[in-house]
Amino acid sequence: MDQPGYDYHIDIPGTTIFDGKMAMKGYALNKMCYSFNKAENRDAFAADEEGYMAKYGLNEGQKQAIRDRNILKMIEEGGNIYYLAKFAGIFKLSVQDVGGMQTGKTTEEFKEFLASQA
Amino acid sequence: MATVLGGITTSHIPAVGNAIQKELYDDPYWKPFFDGYPKVHAWIQEHKPDYVINIYNDHGLGFFLDRMPTFAIGAAHEYKNEDEGWGLPSLDPFPGAPELSWHIIESMVADHFDITSCQELAVDHGFVVPMQLFWPGAPNNPDMPKAVPISANTVQHPIPTLARALDFGKALGKALRSFPEDAKIVILGTGGLSHQLDGARAGFINKDFDQYCLENIVSNPEELTKVTRMELVEKAGAQGTEFLMWMMMRGALGDEVNEITRNYHIPISNTAAGTLLLECAA
Repeated sequence: MDQPGYDYHIDIPGTTIFDGKMAMKGYALNKMCYSFNKAENRDAFAADEEGYMAKYGLNEGQKQAIRDRNILKMIEEGGNIYYLAKFAGIFKLSVQDVGGMQTGKTTEEFKEFLASQA
Repeated sequence: MATVLGGITTSHIPAVGNAIQKELYDDPYWKPFFDGYPKVHAWIQEHKPDYVINIYNDHGLGFFLDRMPTFAIGAAHEYKNEDEGWGLPSLDPFPGAPELSWHIIESMVADHFDITSCQELAVDHGFVVPMQLFWPGAPNNPDMPKAVPISANTVQHPIPTLARALDFGKALGKALRSFPEDAKIVILGTGGLSHQLDGARAGFINKDFDQYCLENIVSNPEELTKVTRMELVEKAGAQGTEFLMWMMMRGALGDEVNEITRNYHIPISNTAAGTLLLECAA
């Protein structure tokens, strides 16, 4: 879905603007992650990841990103961080863990980076 | 008629809920953050508001992308939290104030703000953490006011403009002051300040921009309406757009306010944490 002639956004390096286009692209992935609000759904995913992804209709790129635990790829595939955070919750990952995973830092390095901006 | 006492802003980071549960108030990491709250507690003790308008942004609990309201107002008798995917503790329900909710909705729609009304609304950390910070033990605090949650969309662009957020607050203030009950109301604006959770720029914090926002929101909020939404993403980070809640709160307070207390600390979790208590000038 592109709307030629309209540029709603500016380019911000390292930042994906989650707009209608991304929301459409990532709908299935985000819907699956939204389901993880419920413990029984987290358990169902853990018991059969492939079956659970198929049930929500994820495309192959989204499935592979989930299999690889690749947060940047999930975002590229339309994932929104607020829903992806619930996926991360299954693995007890903190937002510093997730920050490190996206920036090529260890969790400790990422925490130091945060503190360095004080 | 009801009186608007003032407004309180705070970051609403989920990790704060854990820190409260573990009582880490004097922990070296947490102390500079929790030190921002005693003056707020004293002010609340002194004034004992009857109602709290809790302006927050849902993060994927109350709403999904199937239907995403730009501005939603709770109109329920009570509001429950959930574990949000992280095993957060389930609290007792927060008491609502549907009669005030519907008064606000009537007034806001008459003033051309198109509202989504919610008779059921699961409230997430954006709503819960500030309540726990301001009313220790919430909702089981004897002074716990009845609540009206208001959620603005910052999940999916297009999000509201800063000007719209401020205007929303002005209309909200008008609605509250026309509520036919001799009641005291406090307004929370939760979220922020600068932070970004996602992408290669994750971890971005911008102290200069936060200070600019903190300065202007007190005395010159109109100045902040010049900031475009894309500038807000660029300068405050992708999730720093939560500053819109502060603008909504500020609009409801009227032109003249007294700053009672302010705190700013980097970092709490991935966020520059800000707290501000503004009292409406008599």
